[in-house]
Amino acid sequence: MNVCKVFVPNGALGTGVDEKSFWHGIAMEPDIISLDAGSTDSGPYYLGTSQPKYARDAVKSDLSYILQSAHERNIPVTIGSCGTCGADLMVDMVGEICNEIFAEKGFTRKIAKIYTEQSAEEMAEQFKNGNIHALEGAPYADGKTFAQCNHIVALAGIEPFITALSSGAEVVLCGRATDTAVIAAYPIMLGFDKALAWHGAKIAECGALCTENQTEGGVMLTFDEDGVVVEATAEGNWCSVYSVSAHLLYENANPIRLTEPGCVIDTTETVYTQLPEGRVRVKGTKYIETPYTMKLEGSGLVGYQTVSLVGVRDREIMKDPMSWLDMMSGYVGKKLLKLGFDPQRYSFEIRPYGWNAVYGGKVPEGHVANELGVLFIATADTQELATKVAKVFNPYLLHFPTKTGVPLPSYAFPFSPAEIERGAVYEFMLSHVIELDDPLSIVRIESRY
Amino acid sequence: MSTIEQTAKYVRSKNAGPFWITIDVFFETEDNYQTAKQSKHLNQSTIANAYGVKGDLVKLFYLDDLRVLKISIPRLSPQGGKHERDMHAGQQYLEILDMEL
Repeated sequence: MNVCKVFVPNGALGTGVDEKSFWHGIAMEPDIISLDAGSTDSGPYYLGTSQPKYARDAVKSDLSYILQSAHERNIPVTIGSCGTCGADLMVDMVGEICNEIFAEKGFTRKIAKIYTEQSAEEMAEQFKNGNIHALEGAPYADGKTFAQCNHIVALAGIEPFITALSSGAEVVLCGRATDTAVIAAYPIMLGFDKALAWHGAKIAECGALCTENQTEGGVMLTFDEDGVVVEATAEGNWCSVYSVSAHLLYENANPIRLTEPGCVIDTTETVYTQLPEGRVRVKGTKYIETPYTMKLEGSGLVGYQTVSLVGVRDREIMKDPMSWLDMMSGYVGKKLLKLGFDPQRYSFEIRPYGWNAVYGGKVPEGHVANELGVLFIATADTQELATKVAKVFNPYLLHFPTKTGVPLPSYAFPFSPAEIERGAVYEFMLSHVIELDDPLSIVRIESRY
Repeated sequence: MSTIEQTAKYVRSKNAGPFWITIDVFFETEDNYQTAKQSKHLNQSTIANAYGVKGDLVKLFYLDDLRVLKISIPRLSPQGGKHERDMHAGQQYLEILDMEL
């Protein structure tokens, strides 16, 4: 094959494939459909609970288009980071959805599943043997951290995808993978330039974000002997040198060197050229082989939260909100201790929106808010305790005066009950890599056909 | 002395994974971009100060073709934990706006 066309219909599976641009992309005759289904961007909850961010119906709807057209054209499909977090259960969930679609539509495709979840015991052992290292900016972690994670995943590179595709898989459903591997695997398998396969994948993995009209449709990558050409698949949308090269900035700490399993992609000498009809050619990117590592993500339960929101318009409070809140915190904090609450088991925070809730630091001199939205957050090791703490605060959030000797004021709760049980809170606990001799050694590939 | 807010066309911040925040400063003209690029007041140390992070972890990239200054800083705690104020780090660019060039 001297040309390979990879169709990326949208930025994430479950966000709603736009029908018109989808079929427009299919009409361009792709050789494969590749789509990233996951991210850590929406927080640690999904990996902590092994749940998907997008609704099942939405995922099924997108997959219906993809599987239907893949069947009609007899082309493969690769999906990476199933169910947002890429945990094992999520791979099975997407597999079930595919089977439902096959049954409903009356055709079938050969599915391979790649599982990338890791056991805490095995990872702790690898850590003990010195095979796991912290990345820059990683939180403190030691041998005990792995057991604190509810789920740990390794990010797959291209090798498991290539193994599955080479063995005859028509639909590859992968657990957590790098956003790029799901797209780069097929062109690399076919022998196209590795640097440009990875770089092209990085450009295309968020779908239309690399085009001029960022909310429309998807992207087609055409790999040839001269590099890769990027184009929009929605009619009327187009790519410019600027839109394609600027996309490397997005959610990326380092736009010059992209680190992937087994390699670093260097864009220092990349050349972008505008071609007619809204297409951009990319050339010149360099591939540097590195010792093989896979990134690890882990998310663990750290507590439960109950929140209350109260509104304030009082003009005295507006003159100095922090004094009022500090007095309230101090007073109720002492009361909680007197009531016998164990300070090891709970904590609380108060964040005034309209003042410094998002920033947390100092407010410009002379600022006077018109209203405040005071968010109270109780965190505890059980939901029940978090709510108890929030209930102790309730009468003070409602009535705490700025001074004594005045009739009791009241502030503005929007809800009854005032307390909202937010549920379990998780945290990302790992930003580490594991060194491997064999890229396939810690993933499991299941193909029943 | 001008500030980033006065000189840049657009500034945004976002997560770059759960442990890093990345800030992109877009400039409209070559002059404005060069003012920022040549400025001695905009460096690892002053940026680290503005965000309360360690200076040697701050990354600065000058992308001449795009006229963009990219700044990446480590998060003070991992994204999405119990003390999270900004899940997507979307509102963490304000500290850059007032920085003098």
